[in-house]
Amino acid sequence: MSGARPLEPWRWLGVPMLQALTATVLFGIPLRIFDLQLPEPVFPLSLAFAWAVIRPSILAPFAILVMGLFLDLFWGGPMGLWALCLLIAYGVALAGRNMMAGQSRLILWAWYGLTVATALVAGYLFVMLDSRSSPGLIPIAWQFLATIVLYPFSQRLIDLFEDADVRFR
Amino acid sequence: MSFRDNPFGELKVPLTWAAAIALIVAVVAATAILLSDRRETFKAEAYGVSRKASDTVLAPVGDVLAAPSRWTGAGVDTLSDYFAAGSQNADLKAQLKVMKQWRDVAIALKDENARYKTLLGLKTDPPIPMVAARIVTDSRGPFADTRLANTGAEHGVKVGNPVMSENGLVGRVIGVTGGASRVLLLTDIASRTPVMIDRTNARAILTGDGGPNPRLDYLRGHDPIREGDRLLTSGDGGVVPRGLPVGTAVKGLDGRWRVVLASDKAPIDFVRILLFQDFTQVVNQKALSETPVPPPTAGPNGADPAKASESPAPAPVTKAAAAPLTAAAAGAPSKPKISDPANGQTKPAAATASPTVKKTDASAKPALPAKPKPKPPVDGAQP
Repeated sequence: MSGARPLEPWRWLGVPMLQALTATVLFGIPLRIFDLQLPEPVFPLSLAFAWAVIRPSILAPFAILVMGLFLDLFWGGPMGLWALCLLIAYGVALAGRNMMAGQSRLILWAWYGLTVATALVAGYLFVMLDSRSSPGLIPIAWQFLATIVLYPFSQRLIDLFEDADVRFR
Repeated sequence: MSFRDNPFGELKVPLTWAAAIALIVAVVAATAILLSDRRETFKAEAYGVSRKASDTVLAPVGDVLAAPSRWTGAGVDTLSDYFAAGSQNADLKAQLKVMKQWRDVAIALKDENARYKTLLGLKTDPPIPMVAARIVTDSRGPFADTRLANTGAEHGVKVGNPVMSENGLVGRVIGVTGGASRVLLLTDIASRTPVMIDRTNARAILTGDGGPNPRLDYLRGHDPIREGDRLLTSGDGGVVPRGLPVGTAVKGLDGRWRVVLASDKAPIDFVRILLFQDFTQVVNQKALSETPVPPPTAGPNGADPAKASESPAPAPVTKAAAAPLTAAAAGAPSKPKISDPANGQTKPAAATASPTVKKTDASAKPALPAKPKPKPPVDGAQP
């Protein structure tokens, strides 16, 4: 009955979470070459999508909450903003999980783009309410582009762990 | 195989529901945290223990991680300086020629200013102490634009202190802990900075929107701004001192006036934190609030105004409160007049929008004759 063996949380939640947070810190280095700065992708969004596709989990929402709070602390934004945006993205992906089953990579990428867009739209609305001013759409578009190119990382995580527990195939 | 025949089928639904409940609990927790956040107040006590603790940890980590990029940048600079030494030398010689003329103008203006200040008895701003700091982490997303500097409370940095690079204003401190300060950039969505257009003296509020070019809100007056106008801090509200360079005005793609920040000319690696205290921090608020309210003046059907003026006035508590009384006793005009630099005429101070002329000072001393603004030297011409 090896197929029913539970997946160890540290393998599919803990290690990717540490990797995403490390990548976030590395991209936070003030580096500017030839007047160009590093982009600021939201690495945890790729995890929020992959975790929802791999399997429903009780621990995943709390891991996402922790990652979101870290982003808020590290980036100096309103506390709870990214935590809420990531959880909304996770909820959207979880709700569409049955529709995503068996789809091609391109369709999954489109779903990932939709999830990222939902998170950024939610962030736009929350920030607008918080600061009573509209954030610029161009910087949001740049962050959207910088984040959707991270889909291969999500796909790799899905490929690694989607079949790890046959109960959730 | 039907659903019931699958031995694990019945496990699927309960775990999905449990995951949904966990998601709802996490969303409620995140919402509560977001609602309780008071970042927008920019007060020292609103910064929170969690932010202070994370900044204390992140500052040395960021310092170590940023070291290779600093070394790389320094290496690239050295190489480019080496190969561009000839053209740089010619540029610097040309700049020096212009700067020498500006130096003469500056010396003349400094002397003139000193004379006027003596004549007016102006209380000038004291020099502002500052501390240097290195930027160790950087966030540049659409919802937060902040930087972490590796100097904190141990050097006297306080919440609200303005931060400058060698080119211009960068932002202000919103959080301080031991060994680190969180700097809110001018581009952050929550940033509001009172600025003025150098050419027209018109006021505006520089509002960040997460992009590289913050916009100018609340611009007033007829044709107050043009493309390329220089912007400085106005000092209104006492948040930042007056006259710090901010940038130049450009018309944005959306048709709004925006600012190309002066601090964007070069990478912001080292900054100066000005240990500036605004009026509300310096003044004794308690003493101000305890100032006795003057008795009501006699109305048109009341007692003789002359008799009313003979009644003893309440003793002022502060020097600031005493100044207008002294001026009134000296017979100064009730409507102070200032010179109009445009046409050399004088007009009532109330008709101007500039808050730089304080009524107290203007009423205490007579107005100066109009003086034409010194023109910048033309290349090759002696000022």
